[in-house]
Order: sequence, then C-alpha cells, then structure tokens
Amino acid sequence: MHLTKEEEKTLNGENGEVMERLFRLLVRLGEIYGADKMIPVGSVQVAGVSYKSIGDPGTEFLEDMASKDAKVKVLTYLNPAGMDLENWKEYGFPADFAKNQLKIMNAFKKMGIVVTSTCTPYLAGNLPRFREHIAWSESSAVSFSNSVIGARTNREGGPSALAAAICGVTPNYGLHLWEKRQPTVKVDVDFDLNYNSDFGALGYFVGKQVKNKIPYFTGIKSANTDQLKALGAAMAASGAVALYHVEGLTPEADLVEKKGLETISVGKKEIKETYGKLNTGKEPDIVILGCPHASLREISALADRLDGKRLKKPVWICTSRMVKEVAERMGYNEIITKAGGAIVADTCMVVSPIEKMGYKTTGVNSGKAANYLPGFCKQEVCFANIDDLVEGQL
Amino acid sequence: MKGRMISPGKAEGEAIVSPEPIGFYGGIDIKTGIVIEKGHPLEGKSVKDKILVFPCGKGSTVGSYVIYGIKKNGVAPAGIINKETETIVATGAILAGIPCIDQIDIDKIKNGDAIVLDADNSEVKIKKS
Repeated sequence: MHLTKEEEKTLNGENGEVMERLFRLLVRLGEIYGADKMIPVGSVQVAGVSYKSIGDPGTEFLEDMASKDAKVKVLTYLNPAGMDLENWKEYGFPADFAKNQLKIMNAFKKMGIVVTSTCTPYLAGNLPRFREHIAWSESSAVSFSNSVIGARTNREGGPSALAAAICGVTPNYGLHLWEKRQPTVKVDVDFDLNYNSDFGALGYFVGKQVKNKIPYFTGIKSANTDQLKALGAAMAASGAVALYHVEGLTPEADLVEKKGLETISVGKKEIKETYGKLNTGKEPDIVILGCPHASLREISALADRLDGKRLKKPVWICTSRMVKEVAERMGYNEIITKAGGAIVADTCMVVSPIEKMGYKTTGVNSGKAANYLPGFCKQEVCFANIDDLVEGQL
Repeated sequence: MKGRMISPGKAEGEAIVSPEPIGFYGGIDIKTGIVIEKGHPLEGKSVKDKILVFPCGKGSTVGSYVIYGIKKNGVAPAGIINKETETIVATGAILAGIPCIDQIDIDKIKNGDAIVLDADNSEVKIKKS
C-alpha cells in the first residue's frame, strides 16, 4: 500500500502513540483487503455505543483513548445508545445501566465526537454528498448513504470507524471503488408496496436470499426516503447488503452495469410468507416504532393516529434528539404522550435492555427490528403495519 | 515458518493451541484471561503469557475490545498465531500491541511447544526441546 511521507511518520510513532496504533490498524485492514492507498473521509459514524453492546471492555477502551487526548478530525456522529440520554428515568431504564452509558458518552464527547446518538445521521445533520468518501458503521446508515445518497463507505466496525475519525482517512478498497459498486443480482418486484412494513418485509426476504450481494431492484414504482430506509435496514439485518440500486429511484441505478445478472422474483406470496415468518408472538406488551430512527414524517403519521385516543399498552417511537425537538415544537410529542405513548430519543429497541424492563412481546413495523429482537432482546415479535399495530392498542 | 505480520513485535512462550476458532467476547474472561466458552477445547485454561495459536476469530466485533482489555489487565497472551486473522482479532491485536502473525500452518504447532514469534520478520520458530 502506498503511504505518503506524513503517513509514514504517523506509522513510525512521530505523531504520538494513539495515532500510531490507530493508523496501524487502518494500514493493516487496508493490506488485508488489498487497498492501494488511504483516502480522506468527509464524515464518520461510530458504532459500538450502547453499554449493552460493548460492555466494560469497550467502555475501558474508549475511556483510555479519551484520557490520552485522542481527538477526531472530521464530523463524527454516534450510533444509538442503550437509553434515552435525558429521560431514561421516566421510561424505566435501570440506574446502573445509565451510569455506565453516561461514562461511555463522556469518553466520546472528550474526543470531540458529536454526542447525538442515531442510526439516521443523515436526518440529523450529518449528510454526505453524492460520491463523498465516508467511514460509517451502522448497517442501515451504511446502506442508506451508499444506496440512496450515493456516498461511498464500507461497513466499518466500531474501532476502525473511530480510527478513521481520529486519523481522518480510510483505506481505499471495497465500496469506495466504482467497480465494486456494480450490482451482482437482479430482483424483480411484482407487488404493490404500500406500508413501510411492506418494504421491511421485502428487505428481509431479499437479504436472506442474496446475503452480501448488491441487488438491483426493478418493479418498485415509487418509494420515499422512509421506505428506502426500511428496505435497506432489513436487507442489512437479514443479510449483509451494504449497497442496493433501485431502477428509476436511486442515483447510481442508471450508471451501473446490469447485463447478465441472475434474477430473483418477489411477489405477493413471498411478502405474505415473510409477514407470517416474522410473527412469533400473539399480543404485544409494547409497540416500538422507529427502527431505523423515525423521520418527522413518521412521527407525524403516528400522532395523526393517536390524536384524542387512549392506548391500552405503550407505543414508543424512537428517533434522534434533533427530530424529537421539532416533534415537540409541532405538538406531536404532546399528542403521543397524552395517548399514553412516548417519543424516545437517542436509543432504540434493539440496543436497549427492554428484556430487563418487563417486556416479553414487542410489536414492530420494521423488518430489521423483527430480525434482531428475538436474539438480542429475547422478545417474541408481532410484525405488522402501523395501522394494525396501533389499532390493536386502542 | 514464514507468515504475514498482522501486529508488530517479538514474543517467546509456550504454545497453547486451539483447533477451533476463538470468540473473545463471551469466550475469554477479561479479568483472568481464562477461556470460559462452554465446550471449547481450551475451556478452563489461561492464555496469559502464552503464545495463543488458533485458526481464526469468530463472533462479536466487541471481541477486539476484549483483546485490548486482557492486555490492560495483564492476562493477555504474549503473542498470537493464526491460520487467517480476520478483522476482529487483527483490530484487537493491533490496538493492544500484541505481536500477531497469520498464514501459518498451525497444525505443525503442538500444545506446550516452545515458540519464538518474530512478527517484525514475519517468522515463527519452534525451539527443539
């Protein structure tokens, strides 16, 4: 791998021990994956934030880095934390968990990382441009930035993303290269997708089929960014899809080579079967929406359905702190809270300890959440569209 | 034997060999360096100051932090030899500063062999006893 004179100096420890270690990590990963050089990144998103995911080993590592004055060079955001960072007591998050989570947040803040925790940084002020090289971690955010925006990132692990943030570069391989962004499988969709959960079911089915391939979709007539977010998130969870193209909708779809691809067909039967497969529970104890984090449009859709109503069981919608701020200003928070629901910020059902908060069955409209909740949170799942989920709680 | 340097440095020690992959998160106790994964060939054994030999890593990416943690707690292996180092172990070994080499025919190394691991020169030697 070609390194500049300045990069050689970093590798030889002339810019300090922390830089040497982290840069060595990037060089080694670059060599393992055949990178030719380092490239500057425009922004970073770091995963491994929830105390539930990284535990004491991760906390100690981050505190150690922060104590050695490691500082990020580019705009760096964080993945969701294990709890709402402001209202954790109110929603019943355990106090010992909160103490450890706040230690982690302090370490990140000391390193200059923006301590807003979200899997949708692009809805909260970290928006890359078309063809910009970035180093992001969270699988749905990676999928969205690659596919819907056309920015370029591999799926980074927690430490490699942190290294990219502190060194300001990432090794040039994989999805940073145009030739590696070409579709490797075609997916023909013959079904009218309406609800966001339909896109989640489609994504879950396709992800299982194609694993880490790059799908090129045809037959999706229209989709807003919320729906593409749901589609990409589910494919990244049930498979390892980091990039997809949709004919007529995503920016690279017209530019890539589509000839001679193996084709998968998805219709009503497959979508219906996927809904059935993802339903492992009967009656939800709680409904949690906002996986990935809800946009303002999704929160307003929930507020419309809850206006003047009273819920039998809680309905949460997870989002970023920024979006919640506007939701409060618009009165959505008041409507949802009055009905007995909550807009929960900074966290989500997958990385929070909901299994320790007395919930056994969770209702979701997200293919990604349905994929992870049984394993990570020991939950039975009711997977349905927003109307059926909310209707069931009124 | 010649391999590929993953993390620089030199180490000497007694080989502890696992024919199966190791998942550090949930697999090794961070305070003691003892393998705690149920049914693992090395269950109950300590990796402290040993040359830890295994085919590759497995499991959660938090494993990188565990490798860093056992080093900080003074219970890390002196060196790591793999058949193929994937990113979890590579990341952990580099951050912890544990010498590590891969692309080694690990079948040639037996439990208790005295090993000289010279990652700087991408070399592994088994000392004759």
